[in-house]
Amino acid sequence: MTSRLDNVQQQLGLQVGGASRSHGSLVLELARADLLPVVQRLKTEFAFDLLLDVTAVDWPLKTPRFEVVYHLYSTQHRDRVRIKTAVELADPAVESLVSLYGSAHFMERECHDMYGIVFRGNPDLRPILLYEGFVGHPLRKDYGKHDEQPLVPYRI
Amino acid sequence: MDMRLPNPVQPAFEPAESDDAVIVNIGPSHPATHGTIQVIAALEGEKVRKVDVHCGYLHRGFEKECEDHTWTNLIPYVDRLNYCSGLINNFAYCEAVEKLMGIEITPRCHYLRTLLSEYSRIADHMTCVAASLMELGAMTAFLYLVMIRDYIYEHLADLTGARVTYTYGRIGGLARDLPEGWLKRLDEILEQYEDFIGRIHGLMDRNRIFIDRTRNIGMISAADAINWGFTGPILRSTGAAIDLRKDTPYLAYAELDFEVPVGINGDNYDRYYVRMREMDESVYMIRQLVDMLPAGPINVDDRRCVLPEKRLVYSEIESLINHFKLIIEGPQVPAGEVYAAHEAPNGELGFYLVSTGGGIPYKVHVRSPSFVHMGGVKRMLEGYQLADIIPTFGSVNMIGGECDR
Repeated sequence: MTSRLDNVQQQLGLQVGGASRSHGSLVLELARADLLPVVQRLKTEFAFDLLLDVTAVDWPLKTPRFEVVYHLYSTQHRDRVRIKTAVELADPAVESLVSLYGSAHFMERECHDMYGIVFRGNPDLRPILLYEGFVGHPLRKDYGKHDEQPLVPYRI
Repeated sequence: MDMRLPNPVQPAFEPAESDDAVIVNIGPSHPATHGTIQVIAALEGEKVRKVDVHCGYLHRGFEKECEDHTWTNLIPYVDRLNYCSGLINNFAYCEAVEKLMGIEITPRCHYLRTLLSEYSRIADHMTCVAASLMELGAMTAFLYLVMIRDYIYEHLADLTGARVTYTYGRIGGLARDLPEGWLKRLDEILEQYEDFIGRIHGLMDRNRIFIDRTRNIGMISAADAINWGFTGPILRSTGAAIDLRKDTPYLAYAELDFEVPVGINGDNYDRYYVRMREMDESVYMIRQLVDMLPAGPINVDDRRCVLPEKRLVYSEIESLINHFKLIIEGPQVPAGEVYAAHEAPNGELGFYLVSTGGGIPYKVHVRSPSFVHMGGVKRMLEGYQLADIIPTFGSVNMIGGECDR
């Protein structure tokens, strides 16, 4: 199993900014433009057929500020890969993976809700866990923990 | 003052064109939606043409809250994700933190966690099967299943002190060891389980009404299920034998003998049957684990995460300081990130943790099976009758707590 991930890493070699290992899974750090082509190859050539998770991490002191994080799993080879793409606050956009994985629809929507990452090509980025009209993105570090936007006014 | 409130939800599609087309709103508060979820269905006659599923009505900021509490303080929160099997959430979360800290749990804890995971799985599947049968009118089957489930809840309350939200896992171990006579009662409950599950099979398996409502309803193919991110019993009901306990064994699963039940059609009936068979496999595993259970401590001997003995806290200064630091500052988790996944009753439950060092997590993300399933469930609803939404939704077992977080 380890040798397969080595192989994946080697064959992707040129396109990938940084590759490492973390607790048994392969971690790839991709430039934004490489995201879609590399994931496409991971799916078709290396059988990573299950998109498990899409999320982001906010690093307010770093530039670029956000890391969009994907987790893929291969049901055939039973191994995992984590993909990270850095995006800036000024243009927090990445290509959507909906053309490759159906599950990207909802997970990207959640990430858009929580971090304000724009997934170009996702046809439906309406709020999902939040409501229409919610201002801001609650999982960004600059959204205060006690900030409130009640939809229904409090009855005092 | 204008007291009208904005409608928070707009369906993703235009009103229908033809005369016999109508848009129906189901939920978010509806007895058959198992928690607060809204289904907006565009109908053509009785047939569901298009579906838009809205979740978020139970969103309570779990992930935001996690960034402000110590690693240990999150354990009661993770109970409340999938509240039908809180122990599995506990163990998956603790394992993720232990991976970051490089902790190897003790043998007794290792087997005990596996045993309790399987015990929780039985309770969770029983909840799902009981509720979805009751929605089809099977009241007797519901009462039989819920009775056994309540025996399990009371039995777990004897161990943990709570019926549903156990808070029993600890980083590096468990809250306490088994009480006297617990394994004997376990054996009695498993025997009663077998008796009553036999009755459920007799009542349901060849029941004409049940088959008419579930056979070839809510079908999904294995390729579609993988594409839409389905895991757990829903994916296995399509015939794909994909189970983390077998494929990437964690805890003690590599040492256990068990089968991965699969379905054929991926319809409601197969999902019912896969869950019933999985409970049998869990019982089989629990019996093996009772025999394997070694004696010894349940907590690791590691001052970074495990509280010192109370007697020592009161009598020596080092233990007092250790206790104080662990409670106030939290266990010091080295910087890094980890993704740990367990096979929860509904599918892959993953915790993605980011630590920058220190007692409070930088980020906690839950890969919850229910949320991902809600993204794909429209594939199982569209094209069937309006009345089929209820059994299909029941067989998916959406849990609001983990879906909305």
